[in-house]
Amino acid sequence: MSIKKISKIQPESFELSKDNLLEAENEIKKYPNDRKASAILALLFLVQKQNDNWLPLAAIKYVAKFLGVPYIQVYEVSTFYSMFNLSPVGKYFVQVCTTTPCMMKGSKKILDICKKYISKNPHELSENKLCSWTEVECLGACVNAPMMQINQDYFEDLDENSTEEIIQTLLEDKLPKPGSAKNRKNTAPEKGKTTLLEVKNA
Amino acid sequence: MLKDEDRIFKNLYNDLGWDIDSAITRGDWLQTKDHISKGKDWIIKEIKDSELRGRGGAGFPTGLKLSFAPKELGSRPHYLVINADESEPGTCKDRDILRFEPQKLIEGCLITSYSISAHTCYIYIRGEYLREGQRLQEAINQSYQKNFLGKNACGSGWDLDIHLHYGAGAYICGEETALLESLEGKKGLPRLKPPFPALVGLYGCPTIVNNVETVAVIPTILRKGAKWFSSLGKPKNTGTKIFCISGDVNNPCNVEEEMSIPLKDLIEKHAGGVVGGWNNLQAVIPGGSSMPLLPKSVCETIEMDFDSLIKAKSGLGTAGVIVINKDQDIIRCIARIAKFYKHESCGQCTPCREGCGWMWRMLERMAEGEATYKEIELLYDVTKQIEGHTICAFGEGAAWPVQGLLRHFKKEIEKRSHEEPLIKKKSNIPYLIDQHLLEKDSA
Repeated sequence: MSIKKISKIQPESFELSKDNLLEAENEIKKYPNDRKASAILALLFLVQKQNDNWLPLAAIKYVAKFLGVPYIQVYEVSTFYSMFNLSPVGKYFVQVCTTTPCMMKGSKKILDICKKYISKNPHELSENKLCSWTEVECLGACVNAPMMQINQDYFEDLDENSTEEIIQTLLEDKLPKPGSAKNRKNTAPEKGKTTLLEVKNA
Repeated sequence: MLKDEDRIFKNLYNDLGWDIDSAITRGDWLQTKDHISKGKDWIIKEIKDSELRGRGGAGFPTGLKLSFAPKELGSRPHYLVINADESEPGTCKDRDILRFEPQKLIEGCLITSYSISAHTCYIYIRGEYLREGQRLQEAINQSYQKNFLGKNACGSGWDLDIHLHYGAGAYICGEETALLESLEGKKGLPRLKPPFPALVGLYGCPTIVNNVETVAVIPTILRKGAKWFSSLGKPKNTGTKIFCISGDVNNPCNVEEEMSIPLKDLIEKHAGGVVGGWNNLQAVIPGGSSMPLLPKSVCETIEMDFDSLIKAKSGLGTAGVIVINKDQDIIRCIARIAKFYKHESCGQCTPCREGCGWMWRMLERMAEGEATYKEIELLYDVTKQIEGHTICAFGEGAAWPVQGLLRHFKKEIEKRSHEEPLIKKKSNIPYLIDQHLLEKDSA
């Protein structure tokens, strides 16, 4: 469980856009008719997508009404899961993995770079209001440690130079190319494969 | 070493293409219809004979699990749920299956769904894996186009729909009942068992929850035969397994190997050896963060399978091998794991909710050298108070790594500790206070 700060500045109302409404209907169709509540997570993601990656309280009420579930159920879900932001984050939201495998490979250096270039504290916007960063728990790319996630993309096999480059590009309002910073092929060993050497599509 | 032809995941590194046409040329979806026409009992018997054990961590025999579902479809529908909520530190095997071998998973879903009489299958994928989820959705769409899914899937006469459901960043949702709660649109709080999900699961209906890798190997087992699968590895620990080798090795990688491969071979042959040489090895966590670590002396000879590792008082878990060399501060490594568990505890059971934070704060003190000798015993006591006193296995997962540290590295902690507590005047030690008390204006 993580501590969530609810933003003091809240919009008065919220409505899903037409496209997102269609998508919401599709999400609800995945579940049995009387189990609309299952779509809460999917709808909250849609709201985040539309609302600059954070959930205002008005949107939580909107989702509850939309699905016909109690407000408190949507509220508790949005505070329980760590991917829902209850206050605004930067257009580029940098999440640095600091769990043991990444820690051993030097995630602290990456945090230091974030602190230096983006902001002193996590969840604070950078000077040009574009970026914010935070520490997160294991993102499930341990053999490509250290790594970070920026919005939806994984940036892997980082070192100090490549991180600095990535953060600088973000601050210029551009999204750098995701994937391995060392141009390594996915999760294969960096210095050449040891298995699957002569496998072909038959 | 395992021969390439015996490897199940031939596209583990995406050299051959993930799309359905390449997958078919690799042999996916071959004879699927024939296998299904042989009936449920044959499929389950074949899986039982192969001695396949669940790849998600607990190592429960898969054939047995499938046989728990009610034989006939009653008034309630049956569900198959795939657990793709891979969040265990050190583990990233399912990600590669989702990205590069999605057809193996989808074919496995069809066969497994048929064997438990399910017409609906949900794949619960962790929210951070959005790109992987999009890839999987594309793969599912391709299968629908080829009529491998939907009505009369693959000509088998069985109807199956597969839906993706994204999680939202909670480790606990990898626990099967918490996953079902989350799928129902609630907080991921594990349920009391019994009743087990096989009888009362998703929406109160019979549900089988399986890991991605478990389901993805099933089609190959049926194609090549249970005998082939059980000839690999050792009895009761058969088949192949994707190992994720991370940490202080020269070439961290994912690799599919035979079960029961010696740990030393795994590290030296595939991961390029320990940074600074084998003698620089300090410890290895063999199965993802929740398994106790092994000291170097054990690593020399240990074989990587469920039973050998249990004998060494550890476990295979998810086979996420984290290698720690002597340049690392071992206490700090485990303290970071304790912090992970403190962060991810769902807060339902008091021993786990309070104990995880307690363990973290004590370990942090030990790493700093501010602990007393008495605290070492106290820490052990706390782990024992958590273990076995919680609804789900998270309690064990949090307590075991700390117990492993105490078992093998007690001297290291003692070296840094004192007889008397260190009392610093006016010192501000943030980890001694619960963080939320510092933030008065938090909700």
